[in-house]
Amino acid sequence: MRYSGFKVIKEALTGHKGWKPAWRDPEPRPHYDIIIIGGGGHGLATAHYLAKVYGQKNIAVIEKGWIGGGNVGRNTTIIRSNYMLDGNEPFYEFSLKLWEGLEQDLNYNAMISQRGIMNLIHSDAQRDAFIRRGNAMMLNGADAELLDAAQIRKEYPFLNFDDARFPIKGGLAQRRGGTVRHDAVAWGFARSADSHGVDIIQNCEVTGFRIENGKCLGIETSKGFIGANKVASAVAGSSGRLMAKANMRLPIESHVLQAFVSEGLKPVLPGVITFGAGHFYVSQSDKGGLVFGGDIDGYNSYAQRGNLPVVEDVCEGGMAIMPIIGRARLLRMWGGIMDMSMDGSPIIDETHIEGLYFNGGWCYGGFKATPASGYAYAHLLAKGTPHETATAYRFNRFETGHMIDEKGMGNQPNLH
Amino acid sequence: MIINHPLLGPRDSAEFVYLGDASLLNRPDPETASPKDWHDYGYLRDNPAGDLRELWFHEGGDRSMLVVTRNTLTHDITSVALARDVALKLGAAL
Repeated sequence: MRYSGFKVIKEALTGHKGWKPAWRDPEPRPHYDIIIIGGGGHGLATAHYLAKVYGQKNIAVIEKGWIGGGNVGRNTTIIRSNYMLDGNEPFYEFSLKLWEGLEQDLNYNAMISQRGIMNLIHSDAQRDAFIRRGNAMMLNGADAELLDAAQIRKEYPFLNFDDARFPIKGGLAQRRGGTVRHDAVAWGFARSADSHGVDIIQNCEVTGFRIENGKCLGIETSKGFIGANKVASAVAGSSGRLMAKANMRLPIESHVLQAFVSEGLKPVLPGVITFGAGHFYVSQSDKGGLVFGGDIDGYNSYAQRGNLPVVEDVCEGGMAIMPIIGRARLLRMWGGIMDMSMDGSPIIDETHIEGLYFNGGWCYGGFKATPASGYAYAHLLAKGTPHETATAYRFNRFETGHMIDEKGMGNQPNLH
Repeated sequence: MIINHPLLGPRDSAEFVYLGDASLLNRPDPETASPKDWHDYGYLRDNPAGDLRELWFHEGGDRSMLVVTRNTLTHDITSVALARDVALKLGAAL
């Protein structure tokens, strides 16, 4: 069933009796060509691109809970491609281009809004760094715009421009960045994958891998053994837990990142603001809530909730850069589990076990990467070679010294 | 989170800097270690959902390094020891 304006009007006039479930609820078959573990954004995107672009059939997505219940439903919905390093920027720019055409591709309203993202600058050194980053972005076909304080004052007059410690001296804007209705991304990919014949199996927990002679033959699940030619993990946040079942240790630690939303307000924030120096960023959802966040809590955690010191830190950051936020009441806060990798960049690669593939290590940047991650993972699964934008995302970069460390922090995951 | 410091008693975890898995105490022997040993030591982690032994540095206190056993699902701390004592027990040279 294709969605359209006419369909909405027709259903409105006929009592909304013609809508059907957006995807089936099938029982698992005994064997698939490709099994994707993880019904989040990345897993469902992988299924969509495998079926639609790479013409693969006989695919299943296995999800422990319900689809879209993990990080794709917990993030702060921002999309952007303002990275600097060669290993990253072409990939994230590819992702942003896929976002721009996603709603047409999926025939699904994901409320993609290119309202722009602004990184604030507080010192000459930071301006130099952002100019360099902006140039790297433009070399890779992305857009970047350097603004001075007066230009920012026009768009965001309520920011704290004259703070003694962090006066606003300018900003690096990416106008094509913005926000997306995050749940709709999971639902849109799921609906499209399902319509191309992918089985989406929910409430089915993977309990182990069947590995014989270095080859993965399938997965053990709460619904029994399911065989597969290729098994593909896409469970960022829980990668350590899942891959331990295949006796793999990863260059990843799991950490909790908190997010916050205020009560609904009238439109006040036109775009996304990031205050990197104060570990704070904010945007306003279409419902009116101010959606904001800051740093990870900083120690390994699989608890999907955070602790209070970081709440205090984030709120201090908000008050410092945007004092009007103090008049808004905090409505909700929650935590999601991140795969924090050793260089702050992700991994899309085969493993040393034949037929077992891995996608993870997204740190707190996985949402914006969703379409490109799915595309590149589908490419790897279908063709056996990395997608041209994801050639750097290999496990062996930690052996060969080709880390992609945007922040230059080294192998301490809680600092990325 | 409160960390029960062996010398100073209960301290707020915000006084500490987190340095990750305590397996970092088991540094390979530079005389014999292969590049793969260094890679595994520097980059691979067990990352369990449950009890984890980890290093906390008391930067806002007496600057001692602690080995804390903490549950990554509940944040319950079951044991705290001075990293120095743990390392000596492992046979580290002074």
